Amino acid sequence: MAVKLVESPEGHTGQGFFATSLDKAIGLARANSIWPLPFATSCCGIEFMATMGAHYDLARFGSERLSFSPRQADLLMVMGTIAKKMGPVLKQVYLQMAEPRWVLSVGACASSGGIFDTYSVLQGIDKVIPVDVYVPGCPPTPEAIIDGVMKIQELIKNESLRRRNSDEYQQLLNSYGIE
Amino acid sequence: MTATDITHDSIVERLSAQFPGKILSHDEPFGLLSLNVPREDVIDIIKWLKEDAVFQFIFMTDLCGVHFPEQSGQELGVIYHLHSLVHNIRLRLRTFFPANDPVVPTATTVFKAANWMERETFDFFGIRFTGHPDLRRILNVDDMDYHPLLKQYPLEDGTRTDKDDKYFGR
Repeated sequence: MAVKLVESPEGHTGQGFFATSLDKAIGLARANSIWPLPFATSCCGIEFMATMGAHYDLARFGSERLSFSPRQADLLMVMGTIAKKMGPVLKQVYLQMAEPRWVLSVGACASSGGIFDTYSVLQGIDKVIPVDVYVPGCPPTPEAIIDGVMKIQELIKNESLRRRNSDEYQQLLNSYGIE
Repeated sequence: MTATDITHDSIVERLSAQFPGKILSHDEPFGLLSLNVPREDVIDIIKWLKEDAVFQFIFMTDLCGVHFPEQSGQELGVIYHLHSLVHNIRLRLRTFFPANDPVVPTATTVFKAANWMERETFDFFGIRFTGHPDLRRILNVDDMDYHPLLKQYPLEDGTRTDKDDKYFGR
């Protein structure tokens, strides 16, 4: 069986060399070696376990290495209901991650509070941290979670290396009270 | 009096003799003897039930708040569940008081177990327990500025933004 490799980015090929932009080369490397930090609080976390298992196997996307320390993680995967009391904890975890960092909100609860429209539940994690991709479902299937991770991969591949230094990005963080 | 002689009637009888006029009423919903008592005397009654050599209600199963806005002057209440582990008899004490005066003496002087349960009752109903060693919120966020299980507050969260169309009743 042939080993499937990722497609090379656009560039100039000649005898013995291949030239492309640094953005694309780094984007390619980052997108295929995402270290996820699972922040699983409820049933979406069970679906995530299936996603990591042999059948769905997120390792195919270069994400088999879970990082349970936020300091080494690239992707924060929030899966499950986040109570208001958990909000500051989630934000602290996000702050402890090094740039560049991405956030995937898995399931209805993390994205909007879901069925828990009540005084104790945070009505979507985007109230406390910026979110890159939302995965709908209650809970989403492993296929949907993989689709969300692939959307994150697309974002990473196409992200400018200067984005994290831009004023727009700084304003986004400031709108969440992050300096 | 031996264990087999302890009936609901005998409990009410002895309590009435010990605390004349303090047992306001009693009933037995689902077979559980429930006594309504004034809040000034509820701790004395619990203490007596615990220390009484016959009854030995030595275990506090639960303590919680209730809110009935339609009961004018008796809106708020605290419910105590006691269990005699010796005789396997359960007992419920209820005390009601007006919502504008939500103050009850603490039961922590009798049962240490009442500590966190009174904090929870304070957290959700705003009932203040005088003499409690550490009356802080226990489950909700510290900066919450209301007591969410009081019925004048909506159960839904006010910050929800995706349910503002007519299908969700807003």
